[in-house]
Amino acid sequence: MRTAEALRMALEALRVNRLRTMLTMLGVIIGVLAVVILVAIGTGAKNAVEKEIAGLGSNIILVVPGQVGLGAVPTQSRLDLADVAYLRRVVGDPSKVTVAVNSGEPVRMGRIEVFATITGTDEYMPGIFERPLHRGRYLSGTDVDTRRRVAVLGAEVARKLFGDVDPVGRQVAIAGVRFRVVGVYETVGSTFGVARDQEVHVPVTTAQRLIGLDRINGVAVGASGPDEIEPLRGRVVAALEARYPDEKFSAVTQTQLLGTIGTVLGMLTGVLAAIAGISLLVGGVGVSNIMLVGVRERTKEIGLRKALGARQRDILGQFLIEAVLLTTIGGTIGIVLGVGGALLIGAVTPVPAAITWWSIVLAFGVSAVVGVFFGVAPARRAGRLDPVVALRSE
Amino acid sequence: MTAARPAPPAFEAVDLVRSYPLDGGVRVDALRGVTLCIDQGEFVAIVGPSGSGKSTLMHLLGCLDRPTSGVLRVGGVDVSTLDDTRLAELRNRAIGFVFQSFHLLARTSALDNVALPLVYRGVPRPERRARARAALEAVGLGHRLGHRPSQMSGGEQQRVAIARALVGDPEVLLADEPTGNLDSRNGEEVMGLLERLNVDGGVAVVLVTHDQGVAARARRQIHVRDGLVEFDTAAARTARRNMRSEWNERNEQNERHRGNQRDGDPR
Repeated sequence: MRTAEALRMALEALRVNRLRTMLTMLGVIIGVLAVVILVAIGTGAKNAVEKEIAGLGSNIILVVPGQVGLGAVPTQSRLDLADVAYLRRVVGDPSKVTVAVNSGEPVRMGRIEVFATITGTDEYMPGIFERPLHRGRYLSGTDVDTRRRVAVLGAEVARKLFGDVDPVGRQVAIAGVRFRVVGVYETVGSTFGVARDQEVHVPVTTAQRLIGLDRINGVAVGASGPDEIEPLRGRVVAALEARYPDEKFSAVTQTQLLGTIGTVLGMLTGVLAAIAGISLLVGGVGVSNIMLVGVRERTKEIGLRKALGARQRDILGQFLIEAVLLTTIGGTIGIVLGVGGALLIGAVTPVPAAITWWSIVLAFGVSAVVGVFFGVAPARRAGRLDPVVALRSE
Repeated sequence: MTAARPAPPAFEAVDLVRSYPLDGGVRVDALRGVTLCIDQGEFVAIVGPSGSGKSTLMHLLGCLDRPTSGVLRVGGVDVSTLDDTRLAELRNRAIGFVFQSFHLLARTSALDNVALPLVYRGVPRPERRARARAALEAVGLGHRLGHRPSQMSGGEQQRVAIARALVGDPEVLLADEPTGNLDSRNGEEVMGLLERLNVDGGVAVVLVTHDQGVAARARRQIHVRDGLVEFDTAAARTARRNMRSEWNERNEQNERHRGNQRDGDPR
């Protein structure tokens, strides 16, 4: 018997029991739907995080004291501006090294007060990080050298304090000290939950005095190209450890961050898909069950087909194809609904959802495999029926 | 193929036994040693009360079942040498079944019902449909091709079943109580059809019945009782034929002898 013939017969059988077919498919549909949507959300989350990291700027190495890793205790920084000058000499290009001192402080303008992250940095920051200006200017070398009380506001801070008014040239009070606004950044969103639009940048020297600190929180080094990152990272860490032999330093690159976060989110996506896969499996059990019912119901038909010359493999093929059709049609419907659902979720909720072709291929493949796996037992039972017994059954 | 050799008999059974094991180690012997021979083109009725083993015999002849012991040759082929697949192919090629309750696929048109045996022979769809149409026309249902069984009378349904049995050009039609579910007029129609197919088409017809009227229309009756052949009208005929052929042979020899004496011509 040809496959086309078996296919036609199976379709006919599915069409005849339309309600039962739909209900049986529902299990597979829900399973595939869940897989597609959850994988889309997992992938979307991963993409979003990767975009955030890439949005920081390119080829950045973040230098922090101590060992970075799971379970590592954050170390008190012992780096200061002299170390930054030392690193600039090590790197050879002063514009490729910048610095950060952070503290949360209230910022006030008139009666309005907001809480912002005050970051002390220098004139090289814009050359390393991606931080486009909306108005005014960046911090300058003179600002840093002369410890000027000037500030560049994050977009969110500027909006809250000034509304539609241009803040450039106006005064704000940071922790009670008056600063002149020289620039406003573009809206950039947040990275790792850090709302970068709620930052206020001031010269690092000014920040140290304001906070009462002579240390710095971190150093960022910019590499000139992706190939430069690794050697530069090694040089920076080696230089720092040579300067402070008893201490450890870590330099984290974007690639590392991407790799680590990608792995974690990939695992998370996998776990979600596996959980959804369980419902697909349950759907498969439903298919198996209904196929057994079908074999019992159609025992007489099977007997007749055998009397007319159907071989065991013809009957087996017919029922197996029926089961696989059941799951693949269900799978296709599930994929369509899943893609639609993922697009809808992406459109109306803040949850990012990205559809990947592999999740669709996988969902379809798995539903076909489920059909074969759960269809084999009923199909074999049908194929092995004794024609005499089958013909006599009522 | 040597033209001189006559075609093998349609069925040749030697000491056929079929017993069923029951729970508790008890065995029931449905057939206890049946020996018979049915030639190509015969019209035979297997008659017997219910429980006599005639259905079992029918299932064995139809290759739906295998004997517990004994030899069964269908068209000269010993069925014990065939595996299940070959047996299915033999059924498909050599035997056409007609059942008491028609056994048509309910949601399938007459045409597709009739074409079904050809599906398992791998005949392409257009040819299948053409042959099914011809078979339906041969049983006088050329106007019912697209009808479903539920849209036809019992007599028409049985004729569809006969067309299905015929479509593969079998050597034998096996009919199990073909008129059992029909009124006398439709039964008559079906019997007439079977007779016509036998005479015109040369298909051997073996029907199982306990209706004496139906059995009387067969040229040969085999009575089965308690798993044994009780009476076979052919046996009596064979005896007569044997006697006759012996007589003829003797005559021929005499003729030959005389002819040889006359002019040396062996004829």
